[in-house]
Amino acid sequence: MGDVVFNSVRKEFTGQTVALDDLTLQIPDGEFMILVGPSGCGKTTALRCVAGLEKPTRGTIRVGDRVVNDVSPRDRDIAMVFQSYALYPHMTVYKNLAFGLKQRHVDKAEIDRRVRAISTMLGLDALLERRPAQLSGGQRQRVAMGRALVREPAAFLLDEPLSNLDAKLRVQMRAELKRLHTRLAITTIYVTHDQVEAMTLGDRIAVMSNGRLQQLGPPQQLYDEPVNLFVAGFIGSPPMNLVRGHAEGGRVRAGDLSVELARVPNGDVALGMRPEALVLASDGLPTFELLVDVVEPLGDEVLVHGSTAGTTVETGAEEEEVPMLLEDARAPITARFEPGVRFRAGDRFLVGVKPDALHAFDLRTGERVR
Amino acid sequence: MSAGIDVREPVEQILAPLPDEEPPRRRFLFSGWHLMLLPLALVMLAPMVWMLLTSVQTLAETEHFPPVLPSGVRWQNYTDVLQLSQFPRWFLNSMIVTVVVVLSNLLLCSLAGYAFARIRFFGRDVVFILVLATMMIPFQVVLIPTFLIVRRIGLIDTLGALIVPNLAGAFGIFLLRQFFKTLPVELEEAARIDGASRLGILFKIVLPLSGPVLATLAVVTFLWTWNDFLWPLVTISSSNNMTVQLGLLTFQGAHKTNTNLLMAANVMSIAPVLVLFFVLQRYFIRGIATTGLKG
Repeated sequence: MGDVVFNSVRKEFTGQTVALDDLTLQIPDGEFMILVGPSGCGKTTALRCVAGLEKPTRGTIRVGDRVVNDVSPRDRDIAMVFQSYALYPHMTVYKNLAFGLKQRHVDKAEIDRRVRAISTMLGLDALLERRPAQLSGGQRQRVAMGRALVREPAAFLLDEPLSNLDAKLRVQMRAELKRLHTRLAITTIYVTHDQVEAMTLGDRIAVMSNGRLQQLGPPQQLYDEPVNLFVAGFIGSPPMNLVRGHAEGGRVRAGDLSVELARVPNGDVALGMRPEALVLASDGLPTFELLVDVVEPLGDEVLVHGSTAGTTVETGAEEEEVPMLLEDARAPITARFEPGVRFRAGDRFLVGVKPDALHAFDLRTGERVR
Repeated sequence: MSAGIDVREPVEQILAPLPDEEPPRRRFLFSGWHLMLLPLALVMLAPMVWMLLTSVQTLAETEHFPPVLPSGVRWQNYTDVLQLSQFPRWFLNSMIVTVVVVLSNLLLCSLAGYAFARIRFFGRDVVFILVLATMMIPFQVVLIPTFLIVRRIGLIDTLGALIVPNLAGAFGIFLLRQFFKTLPVELEEAARIDGASRLGILFKIVLPLSGPVLATLAVVTFLWTWNDFLWPLVTISSSNNMTVQLGLLTFQGAHKTNTNLLMAANVMSIAPVLVLFFVLQRYFIRGIATTGLKG
């Protein structure tokens, strides 16, 4: 069986950095699991613990029916694709693919059969005698995948395998990865900081932050029902709009928006709205005023960036501090419209919000109000 | 094994081939530096040329002042050296000592350098600094203690006296450790996952990528050992066990020096060094060409 189970895994590095804090995660056989989070969230450490390149400080990791904490990487029946691909530069593609089998003293004819099968599968036949330096980025990436697949591992670990490719190739490779997984159905743990990759590839996604698992679930569930502010801010591109508000008597006021939300208890809350939850004001919907700042026509949709009265909420998921050219004390808002809307920078107009698409988060705990 | 690929069955191509692109290659071009390097090279060559010229002169010509060009090529100097002295024997001795020392340095310094570069063990950094510190002690200071040790193990006046104390050196350990640290650690992690042992990683991944630095260490060790004079002078007394450098001394008498014979012997003694250098030079250049890990 190729399932992988983390049981209360904790990893501390010298200098008291806690990279993983009580991670419990079950990845059933054949699942495509994504570990996602900002850099330093512990996702790569988790992967390296499965690979055996790091040893958990506490807790156990199981691969198949064995606890592998004290098993050396070679005996774990796993394969890994590194961010840098880590192809052996002095070996041809063929030898790169064959290396792992050779180390395991697989019969020579069998090595040849498997290497040729994998190279056919991945379209590498013409490149077998090349060295890594003579390959393009996409070709190297495939060789790295082939080197992992040729061993027929119980689990397949990928550490940001697409991050060194240019944008176009990345989209293409993403589709190929998915196709491969559908065909081969190997348990796959995929680490990325790119939430688009996470959403498109994963059967389930584990969102991590500061060494802790924030939320685990299928992509759509994470998008529709983020459990806390961090996940709300991390999943979705452009991210969810968040405005600070106050709830009293079942009504939430945030900036000049006022909505009836009976489930929200009195107190400070963050109101979250996905860009597509915003519509041009029509009758009956609660509205707020949007001051247009930048308009991005993308062809199939139009992104309108602007601001509204009120203050925004930090989620901890922000990639980098982007200096916003906004007036003081205004919350940035991004709305996604059908093509055809005509706005210009400086326009002010009313935006309507569908109440059932509103998310509310308790500002003291950051947890979602259900 | 539960993996989903069964390659024993006929396979089909799942992924389409990628466009075939090769990254551009670099070339070496002429640069302004060559205008400076050329005259410098001539300056470096001058003593060599003089040595070559002297080696085919008669004794009278070598003693002429101002120096003159040889009137003819006197190859007899070379045959004299080979026949009248024990030069072939000394040459063989030097070869044995140098080859053994170079090989053992490459092997032992690789092992130690790799351990210092990659294996975590108690006291590693302290031990490494101690090893480095030995480089700061001049050889003259340790000459007598080393002599006493070598005498205790009964190697005085044998080739072993020249080999054993030089089997590994701090310089080689330092050089290789520094180089190994620059290799991407993911390569070794990938090899570990692929099933290679520590030694397997060293011999199959790390050393094949260390061609240039191993070539450097080989050349430097070869030069040091081949040219070493003081230590053989102290430990070797019988003519049979002399190295070339000691043997050259026998051409210099207290009252008279056969300069032409000495230079002929000199030419023959630097020949291996030159050959080695030219052979290994290719590796220096290849080392520059095999870079590039990611795209």
